[in-house]
Amino acid sequence: MKAKDIIKNGLIKENPTWVLILGMCPTLATTTSAINGMMMGLATTFVLLMSNIVISLLKSVIPDKVRIPAFIVIIATFVTIVQMVMQAFMPDMYETLGLFIPLIVVNCIVLGRAEAFASKNSVGHSALDGLFMGLGFTWALTLLGMVRELLGTGCFFGISLIGGADGMLLMILPAGGFLCLGFLMALINHLRSRNVKKA
Amino acid sequence: MNLLNISGSPHVHSDESTKKIMWRVNMALIPALLVAIAYFGISALLISVISVLSCMLFQWLIEKYILKVPSTVCDGSAIVTGLLLAFNVPATASMMWIVVIGALVAIGVGKMAFGGLGKNPFNPALVGRVFLLISFPVQMTTWPDISKVQFFGLDTVTGPTPLGMLKERGAEALDNLPEVWDMFLGGIGGSFGEVSALAILLGTAFLLWKKVISWHIPVAFIGTAAIFSCILWLVNPIHVEAVDGVNQLVGYIDPLTTILTGGIMLGACFMATDMVTSPMAKSGQLIFGVGCGLLTVIIRTWGAYPEGVSFAILLMNSVTPLINRWCKPQRFAC
Amino acid sequence: MAKKAQSTLVNMLLSLTAIALVAAAALALMNAVTEEPIQVAKENKVKKAIADVLQQVDENGQVTESIKYETLKDTAVDVNGESVVCHIAYTADGEYAGAAVETSDPNGFGGPLKVMVGFDKDGNVYGYSILESNETPGLGAKAGDWFVKGGKGDIVSVEHARPLTVKKDGGDVDAITGSTITSRAFLRSVNKAYTNLQSVLNK
Repeated sequence: MKAKDIIKNGLIKENPTWVLILGMCPTLATTTSAINGMMMGLATTFVLLMSNIVISLLKSVIPDKVRIPAFIVIIATFVTIVQMVMQAFMPDMYETLGLFIPLIVVNCIVLGRAEAFASKNSVGHSALDGLFMGLGFTWALTLLGMVRELLGTGCFFGISLIGGADGMLLMILPAGGFLCLGFLMALINHLRSRNVKKA
Repeated sequence: MNLLNISGSPHVHSDESTKKIMWRVNMALIPALLVAIAYFGISALLISVISVLSCMLFQWLIEKYILKVPSTVCDGSAIVTGLLLAFNVPATASMMWIVVIGALVAIGVGKMAFGGLGKNPFNPALVGRVFLLISFPVQMTTWPDISKVQFFGLDTVTGPTPLGMLKERGAEALDNLPEVWDMFLGGIGGSFGEVSALAILLGTAFLLWKKVISWHIPVAFIGTAAIFSCILWLVNPIHVEAVDGVNQLVGYIDPLTTILTGGIMLGACFMATDMVTSPMAKSGQLIFGVGCGLLTVIIRTWGAYPEGVSFAILLMNSVTPLINRWCKPQRFAC
Repeated sequence: MAKKAQSTLVNMLLSLTAIALVAAAALALMNAVTEEPIQVAKENKVKKAIADVLQQVDENGQVTESIKYETLKDTAVDVNGESVVCHIAYTADGEYAGAAVETSDPNGFGGPLKVMVGFDKDGNVYGYSILESNETPGLGAKAGDWFVKGGKGDIVSVEHARPLTVKKDGGDVDAITGSTITSRAFLRSVNKAYTNLQSVLNK
């Protein structure tokens, strides 16, 4: 497998959000603004990268029957580290993302990549996969957050574009998250299928 | 259309009849529109026109460029959606552009995203209305004061709706409630299509006469709301009481005020009866109407919003497939 | 590919134990590193909230005036099972300068509303900040700048009858447009802060 394919898989072809549709809970809950979505994505990226590296390193010493508990312990360790670091050095962001940081443990993408990729591939490839799957998740969340923030509050990364007026509040409420996710997913899959036809 | 209501599927469905039904519904909405223009002035007409035109435009654009199917703009359903959407907003100047967003959501999300007329699970106009209500809560609850509206002016002196006054629990609300007769004729604040019960009943009579709708849903809806609120009212009629040294309203609203204020009349006669999103069998329609009535009073009484008709109908829309399963239409006509 | 460890009992026990031990060690280390910053961050948050309500800022965020104090004395009062924390400020020579009071009201529109209210030494509201709320964005969430000095429902520089109530309840404070419930919850918290501060001071 080539590094280029791994990068392309994570960012586009097997994008966790738009294609695999994994990790919908943080996707919908934390994307009320672009910056929140981005931070959530980056926190997940760190966990994915580290857990993929460690699991790939340990793949030959972990017996098959206990691999899931072993993976979970490794993932949970990194999640807790992220949580403590954020709490210490970014208390405001930690408060905003709240429960969703510890919930990275149960994010399907992390365990999914550990099981499907890291436990079968070399360390270098696993690291690359973790990083770009994470970045794929990050850009999806950032885009969703950006669109929701723009429609919901008229702001772009916190900078108001419409001068004090309110946006369409529904878009930053949960219902708007579902609507926005659905339409973005339709749009992105439409663009993807067009590219596939061309190629 | 009576045939559709009582016979089993599959139905023969021709464009001709859809068109006829939709135009009859449009005609039935005219009395309410005239009353709205009389009370709110030219702005009511302008908002209606903008709403209808944008609904038609969005439908045309989506059919031509996204779905790439022959246009169905002329079947009149977009006009019905546009009129009903306009009837559900306050007649204020800011609605002139907000209603365009509502039209996009109603047609785009409420109807075309599901594949167009006949495939939408929710009433498109209500989808648009609820989107606007949640998205623009301040503008959507800023009602023009009827007594101050000039015919050509767009003065937005705000006057509360009766339900809004009661919800806020101000002690003076009880004295300021309009007379029952005014509520019936249309002298109250509110979204502009819902102010006159009389005009809505006129339109409904026309639809019943032409057999576009049957009586089951409106009667079950309004009847349930009246009976339920009557029970609450008998248990604890609304009155002023000092709570923590402050005079506040406690208790429940009387049934006549319940059914004459807010959108119950408009909702029960024109929106709950939408044949795409309501049950086919008559027994099912009764269940549907009772559910709408109960939910409306529950949301009004214990919910956060003063008005619950839109939410009630949308919720019942979502269980329509289930009701259709329980209550199959009679197979042989009667 | 390297030979995979077999799933024997010994292997399973050993590998899981080893992983758990390493994980525990890593977390203990991280905890030692972050414990202090976390504590500092928490204290700073309270300090900042107190400072916020005991000063006036202009539009550019510049402090225009503030209540000067040397020491803070924290007193917690129990009111119907909820604790109201009063941070009472004293000047260098021990004179009462003002107070910041943390209170909450359970009946906001979206759940409890937690506020910090600052009072000057005469008992006038000096400033406030919303510590925690689940109010609707665009409506109740406006509480953060609605009642400030110069805001539409100014409770800081405008004299109001006590207890503070919205106009709909016969008071003289303008409620947030479309958010009477939030406004009521907020004013109840401010009133609660005031009465509890008075009872603490009179002790």
